[in-house]
Amino acid sequence: MSSCLAVMTRAGGEGLHYSSVMYRYDVIDKTLVEERVAQFRDQTRRFLAGELSDDEFRHLRLRNGLYIQRHAPMLRVAIPYGLLSSTQLRTLGSIARRYDRGYGHFTTRQNIQYNWPRIEDVPDILADLAAVEMHAIQTSGNCIRNVTSDPLAGVVPDELEDPRPWCEIIRQWSTFHPEFTYLPRKFKIAVTGAPRDRAASQLHDIGVHIARGPQGEPGFEILVGGGLGRTPIIGQVIRSFLPREHLLSYLEAILRIYNREGRRDNIHKARIKILVKSLGIEEFRRRVEAEWESFKDHGPRTPVEEIERIRAFFTPPSYRALADTDPAAGQEAAFRAWYRYNTHEHKIPGYRIVFVSLKKPDVAPGDATDAQMDLIADLADRYSFGEVRVTYAQNLVLGDVEQGKTLELWRALEQAGLATPNIGTLTDMICCPGLDFCSLANAGSIEVAKLINERFDDYDYLYDLGEIDLKMSGCMNACGHHHVGAIGILGVDKGGEEWYQITIGGAAGTDASLGSVIGPSVAKRDVPETLARLLEVYVRQRHPDERFIDTVRRLGIKPFKERVYAAPAAA
Amino acid sequence: MPRRLLRDGETVVDEWRTPAEGPVADDTALMLPLAEWRADRGRWLARSGPLGVILAPADDEQELVPDLARLALVAAEFPTLSEGRGYTQGRLLRERWGFARELRARGAIRRDQVFLLARCGFNSFELPEAEFEGAVAALHTFSAAYQPANDLGLRTALRHR
Repeated sequence: MSSCLAVMTRAGGEGLHYSSVMYRYDVIDKTLVEERVAQFRDQTRRFLAGELSDDEFRHLRLRNGLYIQRHAPMLRVAIPYGLLSSTQLRTLGSIARRYDRGYGHFTTRQNIQYNWPRIEDVPDILADLAAVEMHAIQTSGNCIRNVTSDPLAGVVPDELEDPRPWCEIIRQWSTFHPEFTYLPRKFKIAVTGAPRDRAASQLHDIGVHIARGPQGEPGFEILVGGGLGRTPIIGQVIRSFLPREHLLSYLEAILRIYNREGRRDNIHKARIKILVKSLGIEEFRRRVEAEWESFKDHGPRTPVEEIERIRAFFTPPSYRALADTDPAAGQEAAFRAWYRYNTHEHKIPGYRIVFVSLKKPDVAPGDATDAQMDLIADLADRYSFGEVRVTYAQNLVLGDVEQGKTLELWRALEQAGLATPNIGTLTDMICCPGLDFCSLANAGSIEVAKLINERFDDYDYLYDLGEIDLKMSGCMNACGHHHVGAIGILGVDKGGEEWYQITIGGAAGTDASLGSVIGPSVAKRDVPETLARLLEVYVRQRHPDERFIDTVRRLGIKPFKERVYAAPAAA
Repeated sequence: MPRRLLRDGETVVDEWRTPAEGPVADDTALMLPLAEWRADRGRWLARSGPLGVILAPADDEQELVPDLARLALVAAEFPTLSEGRGYTQGRLLRERWGFARELRARGAIRRDQVFLLARCGFNSFELPEAEFEGAVAALHTFSAAYQPANDLGLRTALRHR
């Protein structure tokens, strides 16, 4: 029996058949997801019937992505390692339309959040998701969360190995893991396979880097203890090389030490990063290795046949034999700018990776409407083998676009407000939902994003500033990753008023670093002016072709701080 | 009223007692917190009745290894719904230390936990009265599993593909 996604027909009935490059459920996956829907339907029924207390239901719903938020429940749906088929994206759009208010919010961990579902509808939403091989399993709660990866996996030129098969192997291993469903705290794993880290892997509880051993044998470098939140820490190498068949037993050893020894008495000290920090990496490594040695030979192994079986799902699509061209040459300036900023080199000649910007100035960063999701799904079918990716920076990607088709694709995206030519620039900011939705937030991060967009609306200036990661969180839980923004903005509460603490010098990629606070927090209305002053120092002091982050690293925060606090910020 | 128990998929009357429940005859099945066991091990071993030990979440089950042959029961205590260390204790008792007798989960246990607990090797569960019927069904919540654990008859993905 073929699944509903096994063979897809190009939209418009032109008869081009292809299989999306992604994992497909077999009867075991399908059974498990359907049984999970039934289980959650019964749990929801018991809660609504008063058989489960708020607290009892909280433990259960959180393991299925359902939060109770400021205005309404929030449902977080897993997009495993950020990969979507067009069919799945249409379903996400249809859920936004049917059960929500016509939009969804894509997150830094490659998931999507719905902010307005009704609790009683959630089982039906999950059933809709299950029909297209999706779920909300372990998208929240103190368990192993949805594994994330490089949004450009499989299509960038410099990749050592496609990380997605390993993501899928980890997804399966971690799903309903009987031993690790009631951990001290949440647990996040990211996997990358290219030299450039586009998955913030050093800021994860475990970062898995595909690597080669001394004789070129396949395996991984394993990092542990990274994380953001109140105590941001960059992950450390626990093992520089792990042969590939041992991945799951090694992860299991780390998780077991953490499950037993991680703190459970204080929620703010319960992440693995605190355990690693308090023991020291040497001692933590010693314990993990001792545990691993005691069971690795009879623990979970991934035989070569299984690796190959999973890898076969990620066989590259049938690319046409094309030559590289310059589609932007001689075209209008708007297209040239978009092509320069919103597309990326592809490993196959004649193809291009295209970013769909979800950073239109007047829209909350990462939001897409149901109509936009439908359109992007159609464009994916027409231009990119029916596949869409979600990025860490909360944009979408069409991974396999023929260079010669980029102009018509741009026109279609432009009409739908999805071609804002700002990828990698100041206004391509990461932002949490903030006070507008989240019950934890101190600050309306979305509104600040709007103020920043109003101030920095001159594209020539933005392009001159070059690559700058602006990251904004509405509270110290750091969902907007402000610690690792070249410029970070954190909402703080001062006597019931929203204030903003500014950090500079953070980075989430290969050169990960934590930003430094420049000084006292500033009022909301002064945030744009503060940014302007930081950028003014950069423009004045930068070396040719030096990025903002590199200027900050070279000069330190002093000149920036002096300029910002030189005189009261303009009102 | 005698305490009921879900054991091996059936509701039974619990024959085990704890010291906190009052004095018991020498041949009564008695389960003790690890600290009490440790404090007077020789005395407990001299009893004629079945012996069991109750592990608190922070206890190391490895301490029981020399005595496992003499123990008819090991129980893990779950003081709260979010407590997760007992899952590891159960798995290691079964898979590493080969404990084959009754492995019991006590405390804040509901039907929603029994499936995962069973996969960690637990075969008996102390439950609130209202949970028994649901818990029997919940032992079959999923008909397959992705990862190997304590799988008595469950389809495990790797072996069935």
